[in-house]
Amino acid sequence: MIRFVVRRLLQMCVVVIVLSMLVFLWLRSLPGGPVSAILGERQTPERVAALEKALGLDQPLPVQYLKFVERAVHGNFGVSTKVLPGEDAFQVFLDRLPATIELSVLAMLLAIALGIPLGYLAARRRGSITDTGAVIFSLVGVAVPVFFTAFLLKYFFAVEWNLLPVSGRQSTGLDATRVTGMFVLDGILTREWDASWDALKHLILPSLALATIPFAVIFRITRASVLDVLDEDYVRTAEAKGLTTRVIRARHVLRNAMLPVVTTIGLQIGGLLAGAVLTETVFSYRGVGDALATAFREKDYPVLQVLILAAAVIYVLVNLLVDIAYAVIDPRIRTR
Amino acid sequence: MNDTTNHTTDDSTDHSTDDRTEDARGARPTFGQRRKDRIDQLATAGTVDDEPGVSLIRSAWKRLRRNPIFLIGAAITLAFIVLAIISPWIAPWDVTARPLLDKVRPQSNPVPGPEPGHFLGADDRGRDLFSRLLVGSRQTLIVGVVATLFGLLGGLTLGTIAGAVGGWVDSLVMRIVDVMLSIPSLLLAFTVASLARNPSQWTLVIAIAIIQVPIFARLLRGSMLAQRASDHVLAARSLGVRPTAIVFRHMLPNALGPVIVQATLSLAVAIIDAAALSFLGLGNPDQSQPEWGQMLGRAQPFITEAPHLAFYPAGCIIVVALGFTLMGESLREALDPKTRR
Repeated sequence: MIRFVVRRLLQMCVVVIVLSMLVFLWLRSLPGGPVSAILGERQTPERVAALEKALGLDQPLPVQYLKFVERAVHGNFGVSTKVLPGEDAFQVFLDRLPATIELSVLAMLLAIALGIPLGYLAARRRGSITDTGAVIFSLVGVAVPVFFTAFLLKYFFAVEWNLLPVSGRQSTGLDATRVTGMFVLDGILTREWDASWDALKHLILPSLALATIPFAVIFRITRASVLDVLDEDYVRTAEAKGLTTRVIRARHVLRNAMLPVVTTIGLQIGGLLAGAVLTETVFSYRGVGDALATAFREKDYPVLQVLILAAAVIYVLVNLLVDIAYAVIDPRIRTR
Repeated sequence: MNDTTNHTTDDSTDHSTDDRTEDARGARPTFGQRRKDRIDQLATAGTVDDEPGVSLIRSAWKRLRRNPIFLIGAAITLAFIVLAIISPWIAPWDVTARPLLDKVRPQSNPVPGPEPGHFLGADDRGRDLFSRLLVGSRQTLIVGVVATLFGLLGGLTLGTIAGAVGGWVDSLVMRIVDVMLSIPSLLLAFTVASLARNPSQWTLVIAIAIIQVPIFARLLRGSMLAQRASDHVLAARSLGVRPTAIVFRHMLPNALGPVIVQATLSLAVAIIDAAALSFLGLGNPDQSQPEWGQMLGRAQPFITEAPHLAFYPAGCIIVVALGFTLMGESLREALDPKTRR
């Protein structure tokens, strides 16, 4: 088991190193290079030369790359130009991260809590109205763009029926104490229940929008996987042995059917990061996704560098955790 | 036995079985006769179940033809393609003309409603919404199809090289693919699109093609590896067929099935992703070529006054994406040997 984890960690390191090279080269290959990206319209030949020297861009590429890595390890990616002008780019990421964690965790919990039981039910009642309805819903769910789901939810629940807040993370005028930056958790920790409730109300619509695609995918994989397992010989054997239905379902069917579902959940987290960009934009929810959208639109390269690298590292890390979880559930994986 | 695609020999045995049962019923049944009949029936029953000589594609088509999900998907797709082709000729208004400009009042009436001659009304610049929706199908189709084609070509090249050559080439190609897959795909598309100095529809095409390359490469490499180990490739090799001929004539055609299914599903994803890029303002800024994602993005500020500005293009995207998804899913089911039972 330890060897398995070490090997996966080493593989992860390779991916992260290659990624850092790509992000480094990406900035170099920008139209006009990084200097004109920083200077923008104020650029003159003298200024370009001076800045190139100051940034060490007159040195050979490998040297530049090593310096880039050295600075990156210290969290120094430069200063934000557009998202929060003047602020350190890495600090922008740290400030925005708790909001996105809060949003994605709630979305993922919703998707899992609805997707797995529904998928299981649909498989057991294959061909019933519940099954057909849920399958159609999940097919349509994948075809609807995330930002339109967000738009729909916002239009009906916030604008038309006025049930939930339209945008933001918390109502202005609430004097809430900040601890972790996750507003719902902060409210619970400081016992400011009204602040916590208010933040939760702001979270409901964005997390519902974000949860649709992971829900649809988790539902379909669970359904297909349970159907597969129900056909297995060992389930028939268990039935023949006279085990109670409850034991068969819990120990034989559900446990084996969960294997592909766990992988899928891991893979969905990457999609969640991209979905957060769109959802947060629609709801003006100040998280990493919103920062990314602004940075892409306004070409804020220092911020983009941090956020893309961070998103990839998080994604790789999550998949490592999923692989480990997989090995824990299924002993056959470890020996491979 | 009601399949029209069956061989004529099967049909003849079918008839003779029917005749015999009638004869057996009409004639006085003797003990020996009945037993003979039963053995004959068993023999024909055996041949019927085997369905000799039906290829995977033919049997898949047989199942697809009666699958309502596939038919709905195919109908949507066909209608969409035809519409995209003829739309410039049937659109009642020019997409750049602004016939309702004088009705636009930024304060009181930013989006003119329906009226005779403009049955969906106009957008915030006084352009006929219905015409723009019709012509918008073109850009969406072009972006979706061309991006998927490019992605397919790139993935085919990489996957064929990796799967056919094997060894260190395989390892190298697959590591590159792994790194590409380690960035969430839509984020990768955003990153690629942000590189463009002058964004156009080709920015969308390239960004979406790039995120599809690793998916196709991985898929094809997997099925190529399976082909390498198969008996018919071994047979070809032992007969002295040239390696290039083995790859292109024996391995590639047999490995394409899952890739084609994936391509159908990818078309839906490409259209949705293109809409997402346009929505974030990374797509084609040129409004003389309307595109559904772009229209949806531009509708955001008018959520309270004119939500229909977003509903129509989004509805079009959903229906078309659903069409491709339904077709792809039923294709996958039909080609999957597991579901043939």
